[in-house]
Order: sequence, then C-alpha cells, then structure tokens
Amino acid sequence: MALPPSQPPPASQGEAFFPSPAKRGRGQGWGQVLLRRDPLPLAALMAPAAVVFGAFFLLPMARLFVIGGSGAEGWAAYASILLNPRHLQSLVSTVLLSAGVTAVTLAVSTVTGLFLVRHRFPGRSVLVAMLTFPLAFPGVVIGFMVIMLAGRQGLIGDVTQALTGSKLVFAYSMAGLFLGYVYFSIPRVILTVMASAEKLDPSHEEAARSLGARPWQVVAHVILPALKPAFLSAGAICFATAMGAFGTAFTLATRIDVLPMTIYTEFTLQANIATAAALSFVLGAVTWAALATARSFAGSSVAAAG
Amino acid sequence: MTHRRGPAFWAQLTFTLLVCALLVVPVVLSMLAGVTVNYFVGIKSGLTLKWVDEVWRLYAETIGLSMQIAFACLACTLLLGVPAAYVLARKQGAVARAIEELLVMPVAVPGLATALALIVTYGGFGDFRRSWLFILAGHVLFTLPFMVRSVLAVLHSIDFATLEEGAASLGAGFIQRFVHVVLPNCLSGILAGSLMVLTLSMGEFNLTWLLHTPLTKTLPVGLADSYASMRLEIGSAYTLVFFVMIVPSLILLQILAGRGRPRSEQ
Repeated sequence: MALPPSQPPPASQGEAFFPSPAKRGRGQGWGQVLLRRDPLPLAALMAPAAVVFGAFFLLPMARLFVIGGSGAEGWAAYASILLNPRHLQSLVSTVLLSAGVTAVTLAVSTVTGLFLVRHRFPGRSVLVAMLTFPLAFPGVVIGFMVIMLAGRQGLIGDVTQALTGSKLVFAYSMAGLFLGYVYFSIPRVILTVMASAEKLDPSHEEAARSLGARPWQVVAHVILPALKPAFLSAGAICFATAMGAFGTAFTLATRIDVLPMTIYTEFTLQANIATAAALSFVLGAVTWAALATARSFAGSSVAAAG
Repeated sequence: MTHRRGPAFWAQLTFTLLVCALLVVPVVLSMLAGVTVNYFVGIKSGLTLKWVDEVWRLYAETIGLSMQIAFACLACTLLLGVPAAYVLARKQGAVARAIEELLVMPVAVPGLATALALIVTYGGFGDFRRSWLFILAGHVLFTLPFMVRSVLAVLHSIDFATLEEGAASLGAGFIQRFVHVVLPNCLSGILAGSLMVLTLSMGEFNLTWLLHTPLTKTLPVGLADSYASMRLEIGSAYTLVFFVMIVPSLILLQILAGRGRPRSEQ
C-alpha cells in the first residue's frame, strides 16, 4: 500500500497550498509567530512514539544485527548470502523475479493508467475502482487468487483443458508467484502513474502536436519522459515489495526458492537463527535502500510489503 | 482532452478491460466458490451457506482476535501517531526528516525481518510472547507510518501556523491549541489514516505468521491455514468473510480520496 506523500506538491505544479516563507510576510516565521517554540510540549508529544519505536523497532533491529553475527560462522554469516551457493541462488532468483515483475507491472500499468487518464467515457470510474480495489489484499489472499486462476481447480486449467485437452496448472511454481506479484503490484503502480499523468502540463503535448509530432512521438518524447519520476518511485516500490513479500509464496508452495522463503526455512525447519537473522537483515537493508534511492530521485512516497 | 476514438482507443480499452478481468475474475470466482455446494462440479451443484457456517465454526475466534487487534492497533496509532505527526509538521529541519525516515522504515523493511527482530529480542518474555499484545506490537510498528503520513499530508496542506497564531493571540495555551485548533483541522487525515490502519492490521500476514502462537491466531493466519489444509470451498468462504470485513473501509477510503484530493493524489 502506498503511503500518502508527506510533502506538499511543489508550487510549480499548481495548487500551492503552502505559502513559502517569503510570502508569509514579516514576522511570521514559527519563531516569531508563537513567541515560544514550545520545545517541552513538542518533546512530550513525540515521546510516546519515540519510546515505542525505540523499544520495538530500533532495539530489536540492533539485536537482530548482533544475533546475525553470533552463529557458528560469526560475522561471516553476513557474507553467506553471497558465498553460500544455496543462498546466492535464492538471492539471484529473487532479484530476477522482482525485476521481471517490476518491468511487466510498469508496462501494463502505464498503458492502462495513461489510457484512463487521457480518456473520459461512461464506466471509467468503475474501471478505476476495480483496478485499485485489490490494493489492500494481503499476500496470502493474493496467493489464493493465483490458485483460483492457475491452480488445480483454476480457471486457466479449465479453459486449457477445454481447448487443448491438457490442463495448464502453474500456480505452485515461480510462474504462479510471478503472476501473484504482478497482480499485487498493478493497483499501486497504476495509482502512481495516474496521479503523475494527471499533473502533466497539456501545453507541452499540444506544442509537440502543433510541431507535427505523431501520436507515438508525443508519447515517446513528451509523456514518457515526463513520467520518469513516477516510474522510478513506483518501480522501486514494486521491486522492494516483491523482494520482501512472504505471504504469497507461503500460500503457493513452500518449495519456491525465494529469499523470504529461504529465511523462513532457516528459521523454522533448521532452527538456524543466526543465519535467518543475517539474511533478513541483509534483505531489509536491500529493500530499504531500493526505496530510499528511488525516493531521493523521485521525491515521492514509499510503500509497503503487504 | 478529447481524442478521436480510432483503433488505438479500442485497443487500449480492450487491454484495460483485460487487466481489469485479471484482477476481478479471481475475486468473483472465489466469492462464488465460497457459496457453491461443490466447486469442482460447478455452480449447477447449487448455492449454499454451509461453508460460511463451517468457517464460522472453525475460525470465529480468529475473526474476533483480528478485530480486537485492529481496533487496539488503531487506538495505539492514534495516540502515538497523531501527536508525532504534529511535531514533525512543526519541526522541519534535518532531524525531523531523519525521524520521519526512521518511522517509515518498518514499512520498507520486510515484515519477516521485523518479526524475527521482535522474536530474538522479546521471545524470552514468555507471557508477552504468548499474548496477543506481541502481535499488536508488530502491527503498531507496521501501521504507524500510515497514520503519521496521512496526518502529516493534511498538516502540510493547511496553513495551521496562521490558525495557531490566531488562537495564541487570543491567549490559547499549547494544549488548547493542539486540542481545539490542530486536531479538528486534521480530522480528514486522521480519518483516512484510521481506515488504512484498520484495513492493514486486519490483513497483516508477513509479521503475524511468525509472531502468532496456536492460541493467538488472526484471520490471515487462519486463511493461510485453510488454504493449506481445507477444501477449496472453505478457503473461499473464509476469503469471502475477509472481503466482507475489509470492503467497507476500502470503499470509504476511495470516497475520502476522491473528495479530499480531486486530482487523485494517492
């Protein structure tokens, strides 16, 4: 689920709700306005969140990091994600899967998102609602949706049985996981693309057209470049979510070899807590870094692994 | 913008409809399967509510626990998140940005990692580990950023500095300003954040799967269990129950988003 952006849109994009300090006039900065800056009350308001967050996130994360280095391998456990062939294999397939999901989702969502922004027709709002509705489905439910489509009693199996006589079942494999992650990512990527496409300045497009650009040229040289920040931020969200998601893989098959499943297996079946800790710390660092990098490029909202 | 409706329009419309079908068809199929006597035979075997009954018999506790955790989580995020958002809106320096970045981390870091961290730190405290509060702690971490961001977005969009200045000039103290000026003005953000928190907590699985115990099973944990070990009809009926529980807040969220931000900024 995409977080709402916390920063107001830049003034150049219209709707400047937030007067810049210069416009507020003389003596209207925070320091002068309220005479006091209320450091104590503000600290008191922040304190509960700070305490809970420190106790239940920062401290545990630090502990996880230490535990990761406390196993039989010592701190080398952090290198095992690259040195242990099984872990490396799992890392590579997870990255490939996430990259593929990101590419397909971006392509699909851009076509539909642009179409829905650029055309008005009866039933359009119903389509938008349908496309964004699965936004809050948890990973397990997404997994079940894949089973309904491509499982043993699934629709695709029934259709292929009727057409070709042989039943196509791919839910319980990497292909099923791929379908699930695309399903999961389409709603949030479409929302990002649509929000960004609605803010495009139509005069650029008109200028291109008046200079004789064909429709595909307008799309390739005006619209797509203008949407690049949205692609970056939505793509990072999509990639990070696919890297860290667990529920869908868990529902489809515990045999699918992606990093979250590897961590889960290390933790539960092998009781190898140090390795699980090290791997999940690395995974967390990777997803966080992917989102932070994209945000620094795009300056937009981050999102969640559901 | 008006465009001529040439072949490109119809091709894109068809594609969009296909994508819609991909998203909606499995939902409809699973809802149908939940009320079909025998899904393998098909809808002609008749409609029934016996699977929903069965779900109620097997999993009523998980539904109750999920509601309990979701509302407790909402209370926590309101108490922790709304004041924190106000502080972050007042302080706009590098420290505030860093704190905001930190608060958002539990959303960026996979739930599996957060859950493992909680287990290695607090797993030894048996009573806490076994109670539903352990799951609540995870849910609060995961949902807090949504409340904070939602309120922060509203605070950034209104000029609450001027409003507070007016109140202060009339002699209102800090608490009076916070309760009577700031809170009423960010109500729409609080409402959107609350709906988001409820929906997310209700569906949270990544953290909860590791944090739960046999006595503290939530709805998504029960769902995973039913998908793995029950017949398709029961899993479907259970999913149907889940949809019925989250759809009202999803619809409210869409209405809020449509009303508050006409240019659909999600």
